[in-house]
Amino acid sequence: MKEKNTYTHHISQQFNTELDDIKTRMLEMGGLVEKQVADATNAFMQLDTGLAEEVRKGDALVNALEVSIDEDCTIILARRQPAASDLRLVLSISKILSDLERMGDEASKVADSAIKLTELGGLPRSVLEIRHIGDHVAGMVRGSLDAFARLDIDLALEVAEEDKAVDLEYGTAMRSLVTYMIEDPRTISSVLQVMWALRSLERVGDHARNIAEHVIYLVKGANVRHVNIEEMAATVQDQS
Amino acid sequence: MTTDKAAVKSHAINMESLGRNRSEQSIHDEDITLSVDNLDLYYGEKQALFDVNMVIPRKKVTAFIGPSGCGKSTLLRCFNRMNDLVDTCRVDGGISLDGSNIYDKRVDVATLRRRVGMVFQKPNPFPKSIYENVAYGLRIQGINKKRVLDEVVERSLRGAALWDEVKDRLHDNALGMSGGQQQRLVIARTIAVEPEVLLLDEPASALDPISTLKIEELIYELKDKYTIVIVTHNMQQAARVSDYTAFMYIGKLIEFDNTDVLFTNPTNKQTEDYITGRYG
Repeated sequence: MKEKNTYTHHISQQFNTELDDIKTRMLEMGGLVEKQVADATNAFMQLDTGLAEEVRKGDALVNALEVSIDEDCTIILARRQPAASDLRLVLSISKILSDLERMGDEASKVADSAIKLTELGGLPRSVLEIRHIGDHVAGMVRGSLDAFARLDIDLALEVAEEDKAVDLEYGTAMRSLVTYMIEDPRTISSVLQVMWALRSLERVGDHARNIAEHVIYLVKGANVRHVNIEEMAATVQDQS
Repeated sequence: MTTDKAAVKSHAINMESLGRNRSEQSIHDEDITLSVDNLDLYYGEKQALFDVNMVIPRKKVTAFIGPSGCGKSTLLRCFNRMNDLVDTCRVDGGISLDGSNIYDKRVDVATLRRRVGMVFQKPNPFPKSIYENVAYGLRIQGINKKRVLDEVVERSLRGAALWDEVKDRLHDNALGMSGGQQQRLVIARTIAVEPEVLLLDEPASALDPISTLKIEELIYELKDKYTIVIVTHNMQQAARVSDYTAFMYIGKLIEFDNTDVLFTNPTNKQTEDYITGRYG
């Protein structure tokens, strides 16, 4: 495997600083998005409209960070013409930024649903699925960012594998909610809010998987988008 | 109606139209012009090249990169035996051009150098007219027919993307041209004798950016006809113009690969450090 933490040791100190800067800022943005997802989940569980409003407001910052860091990436490409691992670093950061921004959007949608569900008077049934899948995908976001920070492709692979588990949980939750709606059609509008929120959280998991794929590209130089998990595992384990 | 549909279909984006990625192109699929086998080279006691093995594909651009003194120019000079001019230079191993060893005793070096032309860093036109510079190679072969020379001079100057700039002053002294024009004139002079291989040793490093781009564009056009080997200190230039890139370090060939692969995902750590600016 290639040597870890290779962003330093350029002859140009300034270049080191620039690469380190986009990396750090992207991880900060990732931390913010992870918090947005966790807050949105909590707001939904506790029907806390105040927290939900904060999540919605917070999305503006996520969007601004995406634009700002992406601009830095463009400038590095234009001024430094990075090659090899440096090029892959800048490209993967740029791609991870859009996945993080989309996660932010999904968190914001969960917050929207929390507010609407509160307006509808909540739901007599517990919505543990939200807590469960919400925690699960927040963990995936953290895992994908850790994998990036440590260039840990085994962890990246684990995150990608987690996504399958989330998809299964999502399917189960959907079936149980549909059954619930059939039993008590008066709850349909409320249950729909739960479904939208679950759908958004499931999408967050998909984006975390994308980030894991970008990490594998960054470390191995191999593109593992649109391949199944077995092929991805083979790429990760390939020692060349 | 049916023809419309057919037209749409032929422009449809499908998996087949994506073809192979450029980075999947491999040296093993290429027709080989030059082959270097276990080449060692010594200047006196000092060994300058260590067991170099590589092939140069036909009608492709192969770039040599590496820090100063890594042996890339030395290796380039082996291809037309320019190193013979250095008294203390000794070569072990072989280089074959189209399958025959160029270091064989029976090889006529003048003929070899006609087949393998060379352009240097500093433009070196002769202090003669533009026309005579290009015609020089033919004249020393004893060709003096004006009709033949006129044709070759025009074709070569066109080939070097210089014709339109100089066609009205073919009999002016070549030293009155700009550096970029002089370099293209030297290339015209080299291709006038119809070589198979063009060796370019830092052909653009003494030129301004626009002249550099013109030379790079010219290299792109010339590879239709010639096998090109270029030595350059400018890594971006190697990335722009070449199909294959060889990275050399202290007399050894470290990595040789498809340029797209070498500049995005090199295998060797020394290559990685050099192309990302960590060498030193």
